[in-house]
Amino acid sequence: MPSLNNFGEGLLRGLKVTLNHIGRKWITVQYPEQRLNMSRRIRGTDIIWDRESCISCRACERACPVQCISMAVSRGEDKKLKTDDITVDLGLCIFCGLCIESCPTGISIYLGYNYTNTTHRCSTFSGAKTGNTPSDGRCREIVRSNDELLVDDAARPRSGYYRPEISSALPPQTLLIDQTTYLEDLRKRGLK
Amino acid sequence: MVLKTEHYVINVGPQHPSTHGVFRLRLTLDGEVIVDVEPIFGYLHRGMEKIAEGRNYTKNIPLTDRLDYLSSMINNQAYCMAVENLLNITVPERAQYIRVIMAELQRMASHLAGIGFFMNDIGAFSTPLLYMFREREKIVELFDMACGQRLNYNYMRFGGVSMDLPEEFLPALKKLLDGMPGFINEYDKLISTNEIVLVRAKGVGILPKELAVNASAAGPVLRGSGIKWDLRKNQPYSIYDRFEFDIPTGEIGDTYDRYAVRLEEIRQSVRILKQAIAQLPAGETMAKVSKLIRPPASETYTAVEGPKGELGFFVVADGSENPYRWHVRAPSLINLTALKEMLLGWKVADLMAIFGSIDIVMGEVDR
Ligand code: SF4
Ligand code: SF4
Repeated sequence: MPSLNNFGEGLLRGLKVTLNHIGRKWITVQYPEQRLNMSRRIRGTDIIWDRESCISCRACERACPVQCISMAVSRGEDKKLKTDDITVDLGLCIFCGLCIESCPTGISIYLGYNYTNTTHRCSTFSGAKTGNTPSDGRCREIVRSNDELLVDDAARPRSGYYRPEISSALPPQTLLIDQTTYLEDLRKRGLK
Repeated sequence: MVLKTEHYVINVGPQHPSTHGVFRLRLTLDGEVIVDVEPIFGYLHRGMEKIAEGRNYTKNIPLTDRLDYLSSMINNQAYCMAVENLLNITVPERAQYIRVIMAELQRMASHLAGIGFFMNDIGAFSTPLLYMFREREKIVELFDMACGQRLNYNYMRFGGVSMDLPEEFLPALKKLLDGMPGFINEYDKLISTNEIVLVRAKGVGILPKELAVNASAAGPVLRGSGIKWDLRKNQPYSIYDRFEFDIPTGEIGDTYDRYAVRLEEIRQSVRILKQAIAQLPAGETMAKVSKLIRPPASETYTAVEGPKGELGFFVVADGSENPYRWHVRAPSLINLTALKEMLLGWKVADLMAIFGSIDIVMGEVDR
């Protein structure tokens, strides 16, 4: 067992390391007043679908590992496929992006740039087994369907995941690495 | 007067913060001394290996993220390599390098978390953990930049990686690597010679060489016991034979050695990363692979060196689009088999230090 003769030295050394941090930049932000820019490729908690370009091939539905996309497709009078009904259960979605990658048009389905998708209280739910408690079933408020999936406004922007043209237009990601680099830090404090 | 004593059985966990939420230990104590240990797990069991048999190969990549969720990139890599072996796909050079970059970053991130939690377990409440997490956060940001996620990356694909690195990636990575050795030295100064750490970890929970081998331990647990075994060197896979790096080993296999091996491995990963950036070629990041793959009837066991040890995928294909059998050789689970040997004879106060030094992730133990 190591001796305890110099007990206290480690404590002082630790204190010195801690004190050294006083001169460093803050790395925390006061969320939600201050927010960082997310990655341009963020797989945010939203699925956005574009009815105009979709060819109703159902590749996204097949690619989904948790089967949270369901589509009803029929042939119109012009023999073209059209989507009658589409729902995405965001409560099941794992935001893996496989549906985005599988889309043959490359412009019909997107992940969202948002990462907050919470509801305070669930008032609609399905699958309740016992009693009427929402925790028994699944909240239906985060299931998006048809027109809700189309919304593409400032509140629900698209992410650049797998979509390079969108990616380059998004603001650059805020990086912690730009705020704390060991060498710069030492230089600034005249230690190197 | 002779005191009559009786053995006493207590439970540790699963709600104890150091048992990582889903792990329970049934200890038999003689006074303060541990005389028997029975690990009980399964609280996180999700039947993953069975689920995988009902899904096609591509849909199983996101599943691998959820095994050892502190090293998702390496899980991705191991599984993709296994399926590439079944299909005989050659991965383009650039993709190989990107995979190595991601794997080594992931190893650093995993070890940082491992050391941070270990310090937390021995009672250093938050300072080391927060410092470790500050550095880990920078790595996670780089992953976020490349694939848009911070924990479950789902970045690699059969034949390459899903997307090429964005332009901002390499400058940010270089900046990270420039600062990293300084930060590691800082931790070293803070932790490695701290009296409390020395007293709690040195000579505690010794796992001798022979026992480590007999228990099939791997990774830092095996290397901490003094055995120089690392798949990256001993069975080079991917392009690891092109890099120069050392394999750190411990001396006696105590709790401190396992910690020290992890810290040194972070330094070695920085070395590999610097070489990988310097050699990174331009070109394709994806081989031509059809969307729905059907490997011919065959089987493979493909292993990589994960942060916790040998991580292997045993995949049996029967010619259909789903795997016939899908099994994971999970290093955390196998390292746990050595836990009893490490604990017997130690006091209950040493339990968490010893347990923390194995660095297990329950997602991988229970699958
Ligand atoms: S992101 Fe993944 S889980 Fe979500 S809808 Fe697309 S394929 Fe399904
Ligand atoms: S994969 Fe694309 S084109 Fe096909 S149904 Fe889905 S969104 Fe439409």
